[in-house]
Amino acid sequence: MDTLIGENRNRLEDFTLLRGQAIFLDDIKIPLMKECAFLRSPHPHALIKSIDLAPALKIPGVETIFLYDDIVSFFGTNQMPFDQGDFVAPKWSYPIILPQYEVCFVGEAIAMVVAENRYIAEDAVNAIRVDYEPLPAVSDCRDGLRNDSCFVHQSSNRNEIGSIIATYGDCDPCFNSELFSFSLSLKQHRGGAHPMEGRGVIASYDPKNKFMCVWSSTQKPHKLRNVLSELFQMEEEYVRVILPEVGGGFGAKAAIYPEELIVAFASRKLGCPLKWTEDRREHFLSAIQERDQYWSVEVAFDSNGILAAIRGTAIHDQGAYTLAEFNIPYNCAYAVPGPYIVPNYHMEVKVVETNKVATVPVRGAGFPEANFVMERIMDHIANDLGIDRAEIRRRNLIPVDRIPYEVPLKARDGKPMIYDSGDFIGCLDHALKVSSYQEFSSQQQAALAEGRYIGIGVSNMLKVTGRGPFEGGMVKISRTGTVTIATGAAAMGQGTKTFLATICATELGLCPSQIKVITGDTSLIMHGVGGFASRQAVTAGNAVHLASRQVRQKALLVSSHILERPADDLYLADGKVQDKKDSTINLPFSEISKACSGAKGYPLPDGVAPGLEKTVYFEPKNLAYANASHVAEVEVDTDTGYVSINKYLVINDSGRIINPVIVNGQIRGGVAHGIGNALLEWMGYDGDAQPVVTTFAEYLLPTSNDVPNIEIYHFPTLAKNPIGVKGVGEVGTICAAATVISAVENALRPFNVQISEAPISPERLVELIHQ
Amino acid sequence: MTDTEQISTISRVSLEVNGVSREVEVEHRLTLADCLRHKLNLTGTHIGCEHGACGSCTVLVDKRARRSCLTLAVQVEGASILTVEGLAEPNGDLHPLQTAFHNNHGLQCGFCTPGLLMTLMEFLSENQDPTEDEVREAISGNLCRCTGYQSIVGSAIQAASILRQSR
Ligand code: FES
Ligand code: FES
Repeated sequence: MDTLIGENRNRLEDFTLLRGQAIFLDDIKIPLMKECAFLRSPHPHALIKSIDLAPALKIPGVETIFLYDDIVSFFGTNQMPFDQGDFVAPKWSYPIILPQYEVCFVGEAIAMVVAENRYIAEDAVNAIRVDYEPLPAVSDCRDGLRNDSCFVHQSSNRNEIGSIIATYGDCDPCFNSELFSFSLSLKQHRGGAHPMEGRGVIASYDPKNKFMCVWSSTQKPHKLRNVLSELFQMEEEYVRVILPEVGGGFGAKAAIYPEELIVAFASRKLGCPLKWTEDRREHFLSAIQERDQYWSVEVAFDSNGILAAIRGTAIHDQGAYTLAEFNIPYNCAYAVPGPYIVPNYHMEVKVVETNKVATVPVRGAGFPEANFVMERIMDHIANDLGIDRAEIRRRNLIPVDRIPYEVPLKARDGKPMIYDSGDFIGCLDHALKVSSYQEFSSQQQAALAEGRYIGIGVSNMLKVTGRGPFEGGMVKISRTGTVTIATGAAAMGQGTKTFLATICATELGLCPSQIKVITGDTSLIMHGVGGFASRQAVTAGNAVHLASRQVRQKALLVSSHILERPADDLYLADGKVQDKKDSTINLPFSEISKACSGAKGYPLPDGVAPGLEKTVYFEPKNLAYANASHVAEVEVDTDTGYVSINKYLVINDSGRIINPVIVNGQIRGGVAHGIGNALLEWMGYDGDAQPVVTTFAEYLLPTSNDVPNIEIYHFPTLAKNPIGVKGVGEVGTICAAATVISAVENALRPFNVQISEAPISPERLVELIHQ
Repeated sequence: MTDTEQISTISRVSLEVNGVSREVEVEHRLTLADCLRHKLNLTGTHIGCEHGACGSCTVLVDKRARRSCLTLAVQVEGASILTVEGLAEPNGDLHPLQTAFHNNHGLQCGFCTPGLLMTLMEFLSENQDPTEDEVREAISGNLCRCTGYQSIVGSAIQAASILRQSR
């Protein structure tokens, strides 16, 4: 059979999107649907003394307003369902649905108005009178650690709510020896996720059938279904979550939010469909972010620049609540070594609450910060010893003959952390070759002679992808002869439908465009995990691959009974099972499907279960580690601090590539996000934890003038899963900030500038140049 | 104004949308974006920020690209509006610009896409043979979180060349 895997293929998703016919959340129309708006706290920390709803309720078109009491009297709890994982956050940090009397960040929802339309609902929000008593707030997570700091919650007795330690070997002797060493303080900030479509939810409760249908622009439809099922005590069969077209996620939609539960609750209470669509201001205030970290590390190395030890601490801004386990701090602590050999390692990441919205992974999930630390370390060693920066990296990378490489740490699932594949030095060497790295210094000299400051940066990254526990794929040939795939994987722009259809089409002898793919409808596949952590090509991809293969085998088996030919003589093509030698002997898929659904009184053929369909839940046995080397060339205008990226190059190993078109798109979008983190994106708060950035005029997303063309070369090594695929969604982002900043620092060597922060603004660069 | 002298906050607006004459009753404060999306059920026009910064809501008003989130429906009385739904031929064939987006992976989630298509419709009508830099400048007011823009620029350049050949 010819494989379609690896071919460039335009996407199946495009046509409805290009015609404006795709149905995103806010496009769904349901008769009698009303709209919701939220009253949100304007204070970082305050007590609610009183709430007067009367003026709001008087507005014509306002149906009702829900508060804390309504939630608690219905559910008997105010607690958001919460997966604690292995890390225990204190009680006060558990997320709540609506606050009773204390608000802990600006944007925290206090009340929900239901009205005829959003305009009226917002009028009502503005008419609600709340009497607040402001309380002191923690803005900077470093201040939160001080003895005299106020607390984020009234019920807190500390702001440091946890600490993640990753450790092996023995660092201390390395610092009392003949070795070289230095210490480094780094300030890092990643802003919000900012998919172009915000969050949003519609709930429609049918009181007659006691059935709840919810559409949510989420990355985790099945998780939402499970949460609703538990909270409402309704069986999974009576709660259906449907994923509409999703306008990007990038982490912002991977959490379950109070808004989703309150809208569902209100629909159940009122018995009518309700919609809430997040606006951009709400996204700034109430969607998760990744925000601030302060690192101090010490590094020991020998005269050849070979690492001996890294030890240090980081302070992570957790926000006011802990929505999931401590995943960013965990990833930060564990991911610093990345593709490098670090013989001794000790890193502690302190999790510190602030009066700000919660931090939960944004594209990259702590890996970009960890990578920035490691790559800054590499540059510092190179500068200290006067050895080339790429050469220092190559000396410390794990050589290919040590793969599989076991890092002396346990992965989050408790299993050993084993890099299953990859050729990191090969990847770097390829990057150096295609970027003509060696020739750059002469260009740099020439530019300098003209008064131009150009620089080059090189970085390497590694990311765990394809996280379990599983993802499912249901592949079915229907009575019409057409093929449908249903999966718990969530499509939000990554070409999920196209790549799953491609995998399936290969097995079933079809064109991908003949296959329908339904993602994230909980009524079509019982279990699902969703879209995050660069996992869906690995998990859903392999599930669909295995399910398709079994459907093919079944189609052959059943056809061999009916056609009375050995299965080996048959193959699948053009929607039929045909004889290899005589194509007039064939059976269309529709006939095979009907035969599998049985006819009254006649038994199915021996060994054939009903239905021409198969559901496979693929549980990855090992994680797939993707890696890349990036090279950037920049020019810095030393008068204005403006950085232009003149060249950007990626050598990427995401294992076997299903569709290069999609993979390259993921890499380019990922790099753009990393460029934003390097130079532009800043979610600012003042000293009182009041956000000072709430529009795209202040928060600079990368534009078409900020992101250069990105040259991509693939350097695949196969992962240990049936397809051999690794994830790619976050891979472009992770070392982009480190690469760009290394290049900027290199451009400014004549000024001896050292950059210890990201993002770095033009103003700050000018400041550093003049220091 | 006393309570008895209420000034009406509702007006009838006549406009042409994608070649069809429409009449709608709108509150004065209703944005053109919401009017298109919720009164005329043309939900292809998307709202990404509602403050004029992302370009997702761009439509053509009398052939000029306008941010429909910053335009009130009552302001477009008598105007002719083109939205993404009006780009394809009546027989369903995609406009060359749409085809170019498909062929160049010019969209991922597709949320920003209608605004980019409409911005580029205006731009390509004025600049038939643009350079890459000119395209980048033209779309610099349209935010896209997914693509990194390169494929959008490529789509625009390819569309321009196809449109030139068909002139
Ligand atoms: S929605 Fe109009 S510019 Fe963003
Ligand atoms: S394609 Fe998703 S925002 Fe542009």
